[in-house]
Amino acid sequence: MNAALATKTVKEIKVDIDKCTGCRACEMACSAYHAQPRYSSINPAKSRIRVVADEINDEYVPIRAGDYTPSECNGRHIYTIGGKEYSECSFCGASCPSRDYFVEPDSGLPLKCDMCESVPPLAEPMCVQVCGTDALTYVEREEEREEKPQPKRGQIEIGLESLVKEYGIEAVIASLKQMSKGQ
Amino acid sequence: MRYAETGFSLEIDLSRGSIEKVESDPRDTELYLGGQGIAAKILFERVPPETDPFSPDNLLIFSTGLLHGTPAPAANRTVVNTFSPQTNLMSHSLFGGFFGPELKYAGYDRIIIRGKAPDLVYLYIHNDKVEIRDATHLRGKGSTETGDLLKKELKDQKVQVAAIGLAGENRVFMASIEHNHASAARGVGVIMGDKRLKAIAVRGTKDVNIARPAELFETCQSIQKKMAESKFNGDWMADDENDSFHHNHFAWGNARTRRKNYWSQELQERWTRWKYDHMDRQTGCYNCPKKCRNVINWPGRPRFGYKCFGKDTYHMAAFLELDFSYEILGVAQEYGVDSYATPQVIAFALELLEAGILTDKDFPGMPADSRGRFFYLLEKIVRREGIGDVLANGVSHAAKQIGNGAEAYDHNTTKKFEQLPIKLGKLNPAYFLMIATGEKMSITQIEGSFPQDPLPTREQREEFVSKWEAVPDEKFKKYFLEWEKRNDISDQATCEIVDWNEAMHYIDDATGLCGFVSSFNGQFGGGVAYHMNNIPQVISLATGMEMDKERLWKTFKRIRTLVRAVNVRRGLRRKDERPPEDHWAVRNEEYEQKLLSKYYAFKGWNSEGIPTRQTLEILDMDYVADDLEQRGILTVGDDASARKPSAEAATI
Repeated sequence: MNAALATKTVKEIKVDIDKCTGCRACEMACSAYHAQPRYSSINPAKSRIRVVADEINDEYVPIRAGDYTPSECNGRHIYTIGGKEYSECSFCGASCPSRDYFVEPDSGLPLKCDMCESVPPLAEPMCVQVCGTDALTYVEREEEREEKPQPKRGQIEIGLESLVKEYGIEAVIASLKQMSKGQ
Repeated sequence: MRYAETGFSLEIDLSRGSIEKVESDPRDTELYLGGQGIAAKILFERVPPETDPFSPDNLLIFSTGLLHGTPAPAANRTVVNTFSPQTNLMSHSLFGGFFGPELKYAGYDRIIIRGKAPDLVYLYIHNDKVEIRDATHLRGKGSTETGDLLKKELKDQKVQVAAIGLAGENRVFMASIEHNHASAARGVGVIMGDKRLKAIAVRGTKDVNIARPAELFETCQSIQKKMAESKFNGDWMADDENDSFHHNHFAWGNARTRRKNYWSQELQERWTRWKYDHMDRQTGCYNCPKKCRNVINWPGRPRFGYKCFGKDTYHMAAFLELDFSYEILGVAQEYGVDSYATPQVIAFALELLEAGILTDKDFPGMPADSRGRFFYLLEKIVRREGIGDVLANGVSHAAKQIGNGAEAYDHNTTKKFEQLPIKLGKLNPAYFLMIATGEKMSITQIEGSFPQDPLPTREQREEFVSKWEAVPDEKFKKYFLEWEKRNDISDQATCEIVDWNEAMHYIDDATGLCGFVSSFNGQFGGGVAYHMNNIPQVISLATGMEMDKERLWKTFKRIRTLVRAVNVRRGLRRKDERPPEDHWAVRNEEYEQKLLSKYYAFKGWNSEGIPTRQTLEILDMDYVADDLEQRGILTVGDDASARKPSAEAATI
């Protein structure tokens, strides 16, 4: 069975870590943009982009939230770049139990970057817009790919799936039943 | 709901080991905004003027600014206030970075610390979890080293740490509080050390709420864009390698020697190479697009960050070159000392040695070269060893302790505090008033909105004012257009100029905005990001409070007058308000004293510099007038007279 070829727009945020000053405006703006209602509160801990900053080692790496993972990796690489050591975690966007990045602080649910997709669309994701040093730049490019139909999943499914991974399906069903009694 | 602020203070008593989260009065926010404004009120109400700075009853307050944690760019300067053993007055200290915003995200507008811990402790704040923890394992550790160790100990790289180094632990008066590569100067580390508080580590993951979200975000984005693009914002010294201004015009050594033609192209090229061969990057503070801090990695020394004139102070005091500053700054940062005051104290000691007032016996084992001597004396001071124990009290106290004519070498202090080493010819009236009456202790903390000197031609001045967005009133354009000679300007204009300069700093220090995008940079004309014409709108959108230019100006006057009342209660009087006698070569005592009297009257203060009841009542501070009357500092029904100070200056 051959999948059909389709043209897809790939959105990328390029990161130049030499240009990052560690100011974390990206974190501020991301949390503002994703607040409900929009811009109503600021909380970098809710940002889907975090700057891994270590002043003593001159390390400044903005990373963007990717997928949730229920467990830490079983061994990490240490990279030496330009004479400075970086942990693999410094480049990893996973919402992972080894740290509290990309976890909604109140609910514990994972956070994931959505490239600020909205209606009407933004010209650039908010983190890129506020980056005053061009450490973050936005590019869109067309790419031909084999099209594999993917069911569209909403936020609820993604959230429930993570809860199931964390606590098991029975605990989640039990909690939902309990909650529905209170309604 | 409280907007922009959290509505809570964290109250810590280190003697009793108690921790309380206390709701604050929203009325205080309306009257004093936050930051230093509210801190001044707390110090007025809770620290009786007789309190010795080293008493457990002295408070050490870390305040966020009202705009910290909001989208307002460059709102990140944390304010530290206490009473200083050096001046016996209110300490005014600020540091950039990330601490204040993080504290607000943890749910607090300020930390109020009283008492003294039995042994070295640190404070750990993670939202509602607040603990006083043992810090004896951090004894003697460097300031940023302490930050690094705590991040590892707490397993949290996002924790923000403010710490003292060895100087603070040993109660050196010039001790700073360091946070990453930012430094809180002007005498606050000494009190943190006295309270045996090695560090505060804070981590916050709570929301800061905004009153009018979309409008504020849009306004802030346009301010941020302007800030990022404009050379009128940030530290010009971060990128301009021509620093002839400070080297040719400021005094070297113990603020004595001008070297008018020091700067050269060859030197500039050499120094630029030193910088770029060793600079890792330039960094910024929280939510600010500027990169004012140069981070230097000098071989064999701790990595450090510096900004502005901080790169010049050590080598100018030592008659050396930039490589010496690069060599010593990392060491000084880890010990945690004020990079403005400390080199002056060392240069003062070496001058006393040269003059024979101190002798070789006072400096056992000191190397013969200037470089070696500075390192030697830095070690002695931060350890309070030998002569270092005397020098650690600052130039003014050390001179008195040493005696034998040493007082004559204490020629560059005001209110017992080391001033910038500036020795000029003709008097600049506004600068006379600012150095004399400023209570933030450094000219850098009061100047900045009106230019320092006139421009030579009318055309240049017209060009300058045509783009000058920061002026709160058109009259300032007129003053500048008509200003031709430095010392020739009307007294009324001088008073108004000083008032505007001061206003911007008081607003910055209550809101947490950085002077490099506000109070310090209006003087260059062009488009400074924040000024009297737009700050009211930002405050209003963030907090929901009604705010306009008039209201904000009145708020400045209120906070400024309260700070004066705080210090007046501790004995500050007219006699203390003198710039160093040799600050200008040409002086006219009669003119200066007349100008000072006019300025006091302009401020609503009596002839001793004490706010009158009428002034205090207009500014909604009847309680201050009552207090000053009860203490006999103000006489009932006589606004023009003042009695003897209620508290004498602290003795060592």
